[in-house]
Amino acid sequence: MNLVVLIKQVPDTTDVKIDRNTNTLIREGVSSIVNPFDMYAVEQALQIRDEHGGKITCITMGPPQAETALRETLALGVDETILLSDRAFAGADTLATSYTLAKAISELGEFDLIICGKQAIDGDTAQVGPGIAEHLDIPHVTYVSKVEEIANRHIHVRRMTEEGYDVIASSLPALITVVKEIGEPRMPSIRGTIKARKASITTWTAKDLKINEEMVGLSGSPTQVMRIFAPEIRPGGEIIEGDSPAEKAKNLISRLKESHIL
Amino acid sequence: MNYFLTEEQQIIKELSGKIADEKIAPRAAEFDEAEEFPWDLIKILAESDLFAVWVPEEYGGLGGGVFEQCLVVEELSRACAAVAVSYAASALGGFPILLFGTDEQKQKFMPDIASGSKLAAFALTEPDAGSDAGNIRTTATRNEDHYVLNGTKQWITNGGEADIYTVIATMNPEKGPRGMTAFIVEKGTPGFDFGKKEKKMGIRSSSTRELIFKDCKVPACNLLDREGKGFLIAMRTLDRTRPGVAAQAVGIAQGALDKAAEYATTRVQFGKKIGEFQAIEHMLADMATQIEAARSLVYNVAWMIDAGERNISKASAMAKLFASDVAMKVTCDAVQIFGGYGYMRDYPVEKMMRDAKITQIYEGTNQIQRSIIGSAVVKEALRHK
Repeated sequence: MNLVVLIKQVPDTTDVKIDRNTNTLIREGVSSIVNPFDMYAVEQALQIRDEHGGKITCITMGPPQAETALRETLALGVDETILLSDRAFAGADTLATSYTLAKAISELGEFDLIICGKQAIDGDTAQVGPGIAEHLDIPHVTYVSKVEEIANRHIHVRRMTEEGYDVIASSLPALITVVKEIGEPRMPSIRGTIKARKASITTWTAKDLKINEEMVGLSGSPTQVMRIFAPEIRPGGEIIEGDSPAEKAKNLISRLKESHIL
Repeated sequence: MNYFLTEEQQIIKELSGKIADEKIAPRAAEFDEAEEFPWDLIKILAESDLFAVWVPEEYGGLGGGVFEQCLVVEELSRACAAVAVSYAASALGGFPILLFGTDEQKQKFMPDIASGSKLAAFALTEPDAGSDAGNIRTTATRNEDHYVLNGTKQWITNGGEADIYTVIATMNPEKGPRGMTAFIVEKGTPGFDFGKKEKKMGIRSSSTRELIFKDCKVPACNLLDREGKGFLIAMRTLDRTRPGVAAQAVGIAQGALDKAAEYATTRVQFGKKIGEFQAIEHMLADMATQIEAARSLVYNVAWMIDAGERNISKASAMAKLFASDVAMKVTCDAVQIFGGYGYMRDYPVEKMMRDAKITQIYEGTNQIQRSIIGSAVVKEALRHK
């Protein structure tokens, strides 16, 4: 199995400041972690490799310091990592990000399964995974809680729904995004950590990818952030009391009349 | 304090600490209450290479020594001394093989101990042979290509859970220590069984059990070193592992201080955080100072052992004695700072105080440590006369 895991480095806290001019996060001075949902993606990949063998390549797009996120996955046992880092990629929305990541995956060559976390805890869009699948023209399944079987170039998974789960089969190659139910991420090992500290991280820039430069970074991003604000807290609703449904209805009508709604 | 750890030692400390905080601490009370061996956690330690730190690379280890072992034990003990002792006891069972085994024995047993796929245990104590280790009654008799063991070992840490046991038996009780011989006995050997599992005051999720030998045939190739070397093997092993008990004590004490300090900054009485009262502040100051002094002693003794110093009994005993007395005092004070809450099982310091007590008792009571230190001091004085 050739597995590709996509991760994102995110701020370690929800208490981050926002640049009022650009309406983007101020990342300076905030410590970074691997997006927690992406750690489940790494764990899922390791579980599949434990069972089927193969190779795991972990990719992230971000500033040079995103390298530390990749090293964390190396310590867990990921085989290879690639950092996509270029000023041209900066300011990308989910469309440009998924385009760039899809191009990087194409550059890697053959792959069987791409695994992403269900969403990043900073943007919360959950769009990049499916976006990559569309750019690569492969099937995708979101919110996967369990990989049941991989056989005959097919994958059987459970997709979490609000009521329970769907069982879905897909041909490979495919992309899945995983939820935390797939299993608690394992701890790194000492050998893995030592190896990860010494590893050299491959970095690809825009020039290394066969891309249309108009489609990456800010210029490839149709999404414009107009304003970021905390939603106003709405006062709680009012429960109309009454001894019977008929009386409640009567009380409701009179309240609406009092408020000049009726 | 900065102890100037190497990069690899730093990694070992950080990873052990992460496992302690994220995996062990949340489950310590649960395992303690159930008195259940923490296999889930032991598996995590194994997968993270922690069992490998003190084993040489040629036997599947990471090539560290007593110091690295102490770093792991200390970190794990902050969260749970029972998990830490289950980990440390495997080294106690493995050290005799590493120190006195043939290359063949090491090749056979050490890689499994280093990977954590098998736990080891050390069996010396008997009902009538505690501090008086020379008084053991478990016998070994030679019979062609094997030895036959008979007798009962008591209070064996990892008993029943471990696969590899270093067992000290006597081939001639009249000779005392010089009649003692060490063997490697594998779980599953016919005639080797497990008896009563003890119910303890502390370190309750660790296994403490009897080993029962009834005409147990141990192959001659499992003899450690030579016949009659058993007592020496036991003493040399304990010299090397006492800093581990000391590190456990430092870890327990640090865990208790961390909890007490945190509590002192949140608990309000008389309109003030109790940490702002000088009475509490001074207690915290003494606790922190004693812990740091104990840690410095433990680290220095571990370094000394790893550097190849031969004469280590006195220093090793000092580290164990001092650190375990500190652990007892500090955990008592931590309970005191928590007041009534500290006495309740809902808070972790109660368990820490129960766990601390054993560090003053096992691997040689602190009275035995004082005897070792005292006789060394007297011997040195006589030499200088």
